Amino acid sequence: MASNALNTVLNTKLRRELWQMRGQVLAIALVIAGGVAVCVMSLVNYSSLLATRAQYYEQHQFAEVFSVLKRAPRHILQEIEKLPGVARYEGRVEGGAKLEIPGFKDPVSARLVSIPPDGQPDINRLFIREGRLPAPGRNQEVAVIGSFAEAHELSLGDQFHGIINGRRQALVLTGIVESPEFIYVIPPGAMLPDYQRYGVLWMSAEALEAAMDMGGAFNSLVVTLRPGYSVASVADALDRLLARYGATGAYGRDDQFSHRFLSDELNQLKTMATVFPLIFMGVAMFLLNVVISRLISTQRDIIAVLKAFGYGNRQIAWHYSKLVIVIAAIGLLLGLVLGLWLGRALGELYMDFYRFPGLLFRINPLWLVLLAALTITVAWLGAWKAIRQAAALPPAEAMRPEGPARYRVTVAEKLLSRVRFSQPSRMIVRQLSRRPARTLLSMSGVAMATAIVMVGNFQFDSVSLMVHTQFARVQQQDLATTFIDPVNSAALYGLQRQPGIRYVEGRRTVPARLKFGHREWRSAVTGIPADARLQFVVDSNLERVRLPGEGLLLTDYLARELGVNPGDTLQLELLEGDRRTVLVPVAGVTSEFLGVGAYMNLDALNRALGDGPLINQAMINLDPAKAAEVYDSLRETPGVLGLSIRQAMLDSFYDTLARTFLTFTFFNSLMGGIIAFGVVYNTIRISLAEKGRELASLRVLGYTHNEVAHILLGEVALLLLLGVPLGWLIGQGLALLIVTAMQTELYRVPLTITSQTLGISALVVVVSAIASGVIAWWRLKALDLVAVLKTRE
Amino acid sequence: MAEPPVFHTRGLTKTYDQGEIQVFALRGVDLDLYRGELVVMLGASGSGKSTLLNILGGLDVPTSGEVRYRDIDLSAAGDRELTRYRREHVGFVFQFYNLIPSLTARENVAAVTEIASDPMLPEEALELVGLKARIDHFPAQLSGGEQQRVAIARAIAKRPEVLLCDEPTGALDSATGVLVLEALEKANRETGTTTVIITHNASIAGMGDRVITLSDGNISGERRNDQRQDPRTLSW
Repeated sequence: MASNALNTVLNTKLRRELWQMRGQVLAIALVIAGGVAVCVMSLVNYSSLLATRAQYYEQHQFAEVFSVLKRAPRHILQEIEKLPGVARYEGRVEGGAKLEIPGFKDPVSARLVSIPPDGQPDINRLFIREGRLPAPGRNQEVAVIGSFAEAHELSLGDQFHGIINGRRQALVLTGIVESPEFIYVIPPGAMLPDYQRYGVLWMSAEALEAAMDMGGAFNSLVVTLRPGYSVASVADALDRLLARYGATGAYGRDDQFSHRFLSDELNQLKTMATVFPLIFMGVAMFLLNVVISRLISTQRDIIAVLKAFGYGNRQIAWHYSKLVIVIAAIGLLLGLVLGLWLGRALGELYMDFYRFPGLLFRINPLWLVLLAALTITVAWLGAWKAIRQAAALPPAEAMRPEGPARYRVTVAEKLLSRVRFSQPSRMIVRQLSRRPARTLLSMSGVAMATAIVMVGNFQFDSVSLMVHTQFARVQQQDLATTFIDPVNSAALYGLQRQPGIRYVEGRRTVPARLKFGHREWRSAVTGIPADARLQFVVDSNLERVRLPGEGLLLTDYLARELGVNPGDTLQLELLEGDRRTVLVPVAGVTSEFLGVGAYMNLDALNRALGDGPLINQAMINLDPAKAAEVYDSLRETPGVLGLSIRQAMLDSFYDTLARTFLTFTFFNSLMGGIIAFGVVYNTIRISLAEKGRELASLRVLGYTHNEVAHILLGEVALLLLLGVPLGWLIGQGLALLIVTAMQTELYRVPLTITSQTLGISALVVVVSAIASGVIAWWRLKALDLVAVLKTRE
Repeated sequence: MAEPPVFHTRGLTKTYDQGEIQVFALRGVDLDLYRGELVVMLGASGSGKSTLLNILGGLDVPTSGEVRYRDIDLSAAGDRELTRYRREHVGFVFQFYNLIPSLTARENVAAVTEIASDPMLPEEALELVGLKARIDHFPAQLSGGEQQRVAIARAIAKRPEVLLCDEPTGALDSATGVLVLEALEKANRETGTTTVIITHNASIAGMGDRVITLSDGNISGERRNDQRQDPRTLSW
């Protein structure tokens, strides 16, 4: 009973003190909330996307092995069924089309996929958003992927024309669908989505077979596996069976574009879920340590009295622990709410990129419990030293006031003995040097805040540089056309003569498997003419790399993955024509930010294939005034599969990706600002509490308000002066860490930090500091001179 | 013709609102203090002596009444004027010294001389209070009496016209207190600064030119000593 009543009194004390320090409590809670929010947000995104994808794959029977071939008779499927490890299979027809969407003048290309006569395929089942699947026998009917329908505001019953296999044909929209195969949709050869100019269409098998001249045959196979069978074994069996039908090598989900991109993205989220919260929690721990230590040192006499009354060490420790726990809990709660909200908001943003039927909003409650426990523990550990000191204080000693703080002449002053320090300046320097650990921590807090803002901003610069490099430096063509089948390079002369076309050059891309020792990589080899002017290969200084007469140039990422160096000889398995395997030396390594490539001289590639001067892509420079005419005529050209327009890709990039990055940048700047505010505000408040008496004395001695503020704020200025550059260094390190963690096959973000990024990060921190400085300035005005002089410290 | 007073107060009152009760700290004090005088102001705790000193020192303003320092009307002055007044004319000594712990003895004095117009050298001021040997010590390295003497040196170093001391020996033992009073007496004698010492300790009264007693917010007595008593002969 008695202890209960006493506890109530202590709780009242706790409540009042929390209210008294509400500014500081809120500042610390916000920092904790920042860490928790980033963590929850990332966890929510990660687990939601993971769960959404898993459920989607399972319910819609996403294939596990994929094979693309030239043309195989359907009766082969019976043999495929007998292959060990094959659970289900689906032989389909795929093709390319050029579309004419009314009211949209740019060229639009599409991928066509057949669906079986009875509607839903067994594998890669479609999610029907609206309408129905094309019916057998109705050759005009198509279903389109949601992203494309949205981009063109298509609705059921809309009609448009498509050029399939050189034949113009009317199409009518019966359904809007999604597929697990195309969660992330980007045009072939591009690295960024372009929903307006590239779509996926499904047609009945009957219709597509007819259009593609593929009656009784298939050119695409998807397979699911029986449990216990590996992708590699089934892929090998398929390759053996289908090689003579022009198969380019079966591959698993890891090489499936949409899946691969999504996996990369999920890995990045995981990185984000660990790095950022660590920084935030570290800073919060430090703030708690400082604030609680200070509070306890001002409460020495109270602790002594409590002990004199018979409170035990444990009770005292628990009392101050509760203070910490309450602050941490406020931060935790704020962070959870903010994190869940942000997670949902960001999830919606992701849905712009990934075509899921719907987002499963998932978070493992266990993780949240773990996070809560971790937050409270970390906060408590931060304050542990101070709490232990309070509990260990002998009552008699605690009754006596703390002696005057011990100061020394600082090394800096000795070194600068010729400089005449004003007394306020000496106070600043000595205050900072008396508590080197705290000064260092405050400085680190400022540095961390700077670094966080930097990390948010540099990504935008880096991605911009990446895209700029790709489109301004590497891809100088206005337009790239892809041919259905390789054509003789003489076709380029025909193109060159067309009105509006200024310059044309050809290239050839051949699917290939690169092998070195036991490592292999499925990709493509691109043959580039020796005198290429429009699209070429660059090194890490963005300088053009000369193509060797023989041998391959590999992207550095690919060279690392294969473990090869210039001079090594690779086994190059060409997956086209009669599927030759040749030995090719690695002539050099290139540095590209987007994609992974293997390049060689066009003539050398054709020689290796045993072909004449063939190309399957044409790079074109246009007269902008005649662009529409060129688009139209290429659309009508039978052998042309698709067009990609450089400017359109750039625009679509800045439209979508930039928006996402700006959201992140804003969020990171906000978090950095909160940390900076938390650190600076607490530093000032503690300083004010510790030096209130000195500052009041100086005011009495005739110092003006501004002169006294100089002492208080000078300390902060010095912290900023030291902390911000340190933050720039840390930010650079973090940026490097992030860039390294984000290296994927699809893109490798280069590390660039512009002076603008440095400036913005410093600005955010300085503005936060000024905001807390203004608060301190007002507090200083309210300093009660008389009261301070009458009391003993 | 008598010299005009340094301080001149008429009908000085000060009330504090404490919740719903009004506390009268001063109830109409009339007082004149003259140049070079050493005045001991005696009173029990709550008599209003500190309030009076704070108003004279420009730390507080009266609720009503008149208070002038030479030509300056302190009752009408704002924060800016009061700061300038303190900076240019007043030296303070407090019961708890109020030294800056991060500055040495010399630097504590310099903190004031740096902002004064015609100060002594810090060394000179410290010599006057007999602390030349401890000049580079930090407050934490000085005894209470030494700290208080640094505070006196700090107060007189700018050659103030008035020196206001609030219980300067309140935190010290008798022997140490005498040393501090000696320093104050010497400073008054050698610099001609009008000095006010407030205390509840009647034993100190003998060292003043004049002794003013306050009780309950009013001046209840005033006497003039024919001869100032040497602080060394005081004890309590």
